[in-house]
Amino acid sequence: MTEKQALYKYLLRMGDDSLILGQRLSELCGHGPILEEDIALTNISLDLIGQATLLLEYAGESAPEKKTNDELAYLRIEKEYVNALLVEQPNGHFGDTIMRQFLFDAYRKPLLEQLLDSTDKRLAGIAEKALKETKYHLRHSSEWIIRLGDGTQESHQRIQNSLEALLRYAYELFFENEVDELLIAQGIIPAANSIFPIWEKTLHDVFEEATLLLPKNKWKFQGGREGRHSEHMGYLLAEMQYMQRTYPNMEW
Amino acid sequence: MMKVDIQDLEKKFQDRIDQDIKIEPNDWMPDAYRKTLIRQISQHAHSEVVGMLPEGNWITRAPNLRRKAVLLAKVQDEAGHGLYLYSAAETLGADREQTIDDLHSGKAKYSSIFNYPTLSWADMGAIGWLVDGAAIMNQVPLCRCSYGPYARAMIRVCKEESFHQRQGFEIMTKLASGTTEQKEMAQDALNRFWWPALMMFGPSDADSSHTEQSMRWKIKRHTNDELRQMFVDVTVPQAESIGLTVPDQDIKWNESKQGYDYGPIDWDEFWQVVGGNGPCNKERVETRKKAKENGKWVVEAAMAFTEKRNSKKSA
Repeated sequence: MTEKQALYKYLLRMGDDSLILGQRLSELCGHGPILEEDIALTNISLDLIGQATLLLEYAGESAPEKKTNDELAYLRIEKEYVNALLVEQPNGHFGDTIMRQFLFDAYRKPLLEQLLDSTDKRLAGIAEKALKETKYHLRHSSEWIIRLGDGTQESHQRIQNSLEALLRYAYELFFENEVDELLIAQGIIPAANSIFPIWEKTLHDVFEEATLLLPKNKWKFQGGREGRHSEHMGYLLAEMQYMQRTYPNMEW
Repeated sequence: MMKVDIQDLEKKFQDRIDQDIKIEPNDWMPDAYRKTLIRQISQHAHSEVVGMLPEGNWITRAPNLRRKAVLLAKVQDEAGHGLYLYSAAETLGADREQTIDDLHSGKAKYSSIFNYPTLSWADMGAIGWLVDGAAIMNQVPLCRCSYGPYARAMIRVCKEESFHQRQGFEIMTKLASGTTEQKEMAQDALNRFWWPALMMFGPSDADSSHTEQSMRWKIKRHTNDELRQMFVDVTVPQAESIGLTVPDQDIKWNESKQGYDYGPIDWDEFWQVVGGNGPCNKERVETRKKAKENGKWVVEAAMAFTEKRNSKKSA
């Protein structure tokens, strides 16, 4: 594998995480629990779609055969998407949405911080822009985890259940294979083991304040990074790709 | 004695309005003025919030990344407009949650246009172009409305609406210059949204119960029919310029009035939709109700949390 091939694959992972999570959040537009939160979730969705646009644009230029970001976003088959399983999980109730977001933000922020030092200047530039947004996302999701955890008995139970249901998907965010080895050696991306302890600490601190307990079972589900998705993914893609599949080769 | 005082206050109030001096929240105002504004502003706020739904219906299916981002931003703006407007209504003493409950119970109305379904991507163009276009016609004069907080909210809202309108027209232009399927999609959206857009200006002047008093109070600056005419005059040439046809055989330039004549509006349909019998009335209100019900435990948690923190601080 060449460095360029590895970079392509890595950019797809980051781009797909942003795209699929942005798509999930966009389903909520107009349905938030209160108007302020509707605006916040839509705003996060918009940031993520913006990040996906930049990441997939760069991926497309690094692809073996050049592609546009729209071609990558809309015209791949399911097993070519390499987002983590976590981000494709359904929105569920507000606690599920926030827990999914928190587990992701707590990983994405230190990743972006370390990408600022990437030897790949373009990736570092994208990370710089995304970091500003992600800091806000993490603050927003952490605050809600704490409010719901330390709110009412009902909210505590709900968010604890969300944690039990979603944590098993989060470990996949630290997936590594030969793509990572090559890029780490070139100083393009950080190693997962330099992000994982920061992620764990964020979880520990926020859950402590929220009076939530980390599940003892550390069993993990994975497959998304290698194109094996959950049953939810097909429906998400069917909806997202509807226009491009129904009316191929048109400009919008 | 009391009666004289009120007459005096009313006269001073009307004098201020006649001199174009803004009325502010703490100023004396007649009850009917306050009530009219609360009704109008909260109805406007509800329209923004319910208006998020027909467009929200296409965010997940937007055809490319740029369109998805722009549509998200637009719907987010509408939520923001809803917030300013609920705040403006609160300056008159309305309670936001009560106002929202009135929407959910059917007591309060919102713009009827949002009771029509969005069936294709072209509807995102038609809504931006026609619905936001009609909203601008209605709202630009409101920037000079006699009530200060409403007028100021409208200045910001109008800036964003005019961006939305351009964006919608751009979607339509792109479709109208595209493939046969895209052109048909655009024409079909125009066919479906044209008449409901004309109805957005409300009943004909002869049948409009609020117009006269609202104009005296400078809440309203033009009659419904005047605004409708302005909209037709601006929009017909826009449709022609991109090769689409307004679905009205009676559209004809009238040299003497320097405006277009247009065919009769189906007021039966208008009153039916206002009365709750439009294609999507039930779904729209149910969706909003469900959002509030599903969010109840979240709001309770946030309040309980704040209370706990406050009592910790004071302990």
